[in-house]
Amino acid sequence: MRKGHVEMTHGAGGRVMAQLVEELFVRHFDNDFLNQGNDQAIFEGPGGRMVMSTDGHVVSPLFFPGGDIGSLSVHGTINDVVMSGARPLYLSAGFILEEGFPLADLERIVVSMAAVSKEAGVPIITGDTKVVEKNNGDGVFITSTGIGVVPPGVDISGSKARPGDSILVNGFIGDHGIAILSKRENLEFETQIVSDSAALHDLVAHMVEAVSDLHCLRDPTRGGLATSLNEICWQSGVGMKLREDSIPVRPDVQAASELLGIDPLYVANEGKLIAICPANETDTLLEVMRAHALGQNASVIGEVIEDKNHFVTMETGFGGSRIVDWLAGEQLPRIC
Amino acid sequence: MKYIAEFRDKKLAKGLAEAICEEAQSGRKYRIMEFCGGHTHAIFRYGVQELLPKYIQFVHGPGCPVCVLPINRIEQALELAERHGVILCSYGDMMRVPAQKRRSLLSAKAQGADIEMVYSTMDALEIARNNPDREVVFFAIGFETTTPPSAVAIQQAKAEELKNFSLFCNHVLTPAAIQHILQAPDVCEYEAVTIDGFLGPSHVSAIIGAQPYEYFAEEFQKPVVITGFEPLDIMQAVLMLVRQINHGSHEVENEYTRVVTQKGNIKAQKIVSDVFELRRMFEWRGLGMVPYSALKIRDNFSQFDAEIRFELTQNNARDVKACECPAILRGLKKPTDCQLFGTACTPDNPQGSCMVSSEGSCAAYWSYGRFRLQTKEEGVKG
Repeated sequence: MRKGHVEMTHGAGGRVMAQLVEELFVRHFDNDFLNQGNDQAIFEGPGGRMVMSTDGHVVSPLFFPGGDIGSLSVHGTINDVVMSGARPLYLSAGFILEEGFPLADLERIVVSMAAVSKEAGVPIITGDTKVVEKNNGDGVFITSTGIGVVPPGVDISGSKARPGDSILVNGFIGDHGIAILSKRENLEFETQIVSDSAALHDLVAHMVEAVSDLHCLRDPTRGGLATSLNEICWQSGVGMKLREDSIPVRPDVQAASELLGIDPLYVANEGKLIAICPANETDTLLEVMRAHALGQNASVIGEVIEDKNHFVTMETGFGGSRIVDWLAGEQLPRIC
Repeated sequence: MKYIAEFRDKKLAKGLAEAICEEAQSGRKYRIMEFCGGHTHAIFRYGVQELLPKYIQFVHGPGCPVCVLPINRIEQALELAERHGVILCSYGDMMRVPAQKRRSLLSAKAQGADIEMVYSTMDALEIARNNPDREVVFFAIGFETTTPPSAVAIQQAKAEELKNFSLFCNHVLTPAAIQHILQAPDVCEYEAVTIDGFLGPSHVSAIIGAQPYEYFAEEFQKPVVITGFEPLDIMQAVLMLVRQINHGSHEVENEYTRVVTQKGNIKAQKIVSDVFELRRMFEWRGLGMVPYSALKIRDNFSQFDAEIRFELTQNNARDVKACECPAILRGLKKPTDCQLFGTACTPDNPQGSCMVSSEGSCAAYWSYGRFRLQTKEEGVKG
């Protein structure tokens, strides 16, 4: 810690980032809320249990198929709030702008933010603007904070996965990362893939209503599905067994991944969630998810098992088995 | 997916596994070296070993381009970026390979060195065009597969009269390495590892063809089956090897006929020989000095040779003492035989090169297979 420097892997969402958070932020800020280890913190407010989450956005390029840094910042923050089962109420937006950035592009970003926040019914009610000298930023960085309120009886945390629970996802994984990658300088390739960027609060509201003892929710953004599942295993002290055949991956995402030598399990998503529920609620949950526009391709991808090593293992489509590890290093820089 | 799913079919795999079981004689061991890191990766990623009987064992070879690069060459690459102040362009895999004192290209970048990760040599040329007042060096590594793009970059730089581009050549040759392994005294004389047959590389063979393997198949009486990177390719090739081993034959067979021909890609070979020539001696991590096992830039392209353009220090950097990469790369030891494996050395904090690239056997063991390591499990943290 004393000798090192910040490297790109510290922001990639994998184990190195988890260690940085643990050994630096959690250690020094040290409080019960942070120790929950979730992407958001739940606290008692005068009107009941409230939730707060904050999220920085540094995506490159700023505009990509299916969204831009503005819509991403709104969706991303709403999703972090609602992964506690909460109803999102308000957002903030802090802008760090680079000298020379075209105002027309900034307006395009702000118009997009306004549109998606209106659509989600979660207004941006406060904000901040700072400008840094040319070459000291990359156009626009946006940080946003969201607050929400947790319905009575809902108690969702990454620490609540229990052996026997079912693991579900709400649809195709890897779309966002591949969409971004397809527009990267030096790497452009033709594809129809668009980012899955979406606000998941309505889907989550339906899920929470149908299955009151939902155990965990998490949006697998940086580090992808694989890393989020590993985080839950550590938080809950369990293992997981997945079936590769049941993990939804679009053929074109699979094809692009093959071409680039990356694994869709580690590619970022911005409109996906992992849900973990007791086995006897699996069918109900799956039905509710599939009935929703953002969950039509929902699938049960595996189950929680006892494992003192907290491994995520997977039966491969080929019939063998392997570990699905944390993301090591970084797969793609600046994805969200 | 078209032409992918077909080569990962569970039912066909089961059928092949049964055929292998029927063919193999249970009283003996079949030790098959997959030379290529791409095969090591596929074997672990798809769980191929699990479908095979226990007496068929894979010995992981040195065919991981990142893993075999000696630490001195990485030190020299760092020197280019730090002392000579060039923009160093590198393939992503090289970024985290540890040099001395736990430094790497990635850590040098974090401390201000101008190091760019590129996906192709063409990106490096573009960076050179866009930065005419800077020296741009491409850190060229890899076997025969990555050599043609390097050669094309040099040809193009010459055609464009690009004055600020050069290439730090570390290209190595597959047949020389296989031959070296078979000749190595600890492999042959003491029979520390008896290799019964080889899985021949996929992409390398697409360039060089099947023919170059014929010499050592004959000389060392070992069968070679060239095979693709898909798991069914690997299983089919194992079946073909088992049959050859049973019959005592030692032919070069080609399972990967959809890509590999007898003579390979003649056009690519011509481009390579236009730009590169054999290096008399080159150091490999794990194998030591291997004669005529690498390439250097020909004299008529010497203005693009970073080793000529820049003065580079010949240092005697050493690997981490307890690191078993050298023995692992020769197939003499398994990753789990190394005391650093999973404790001091993990993909997040690699001590040796085999833990860095996904093609390295330590990384494959750790990332895909460590749940099988019952004996060491207690010490293996997730």
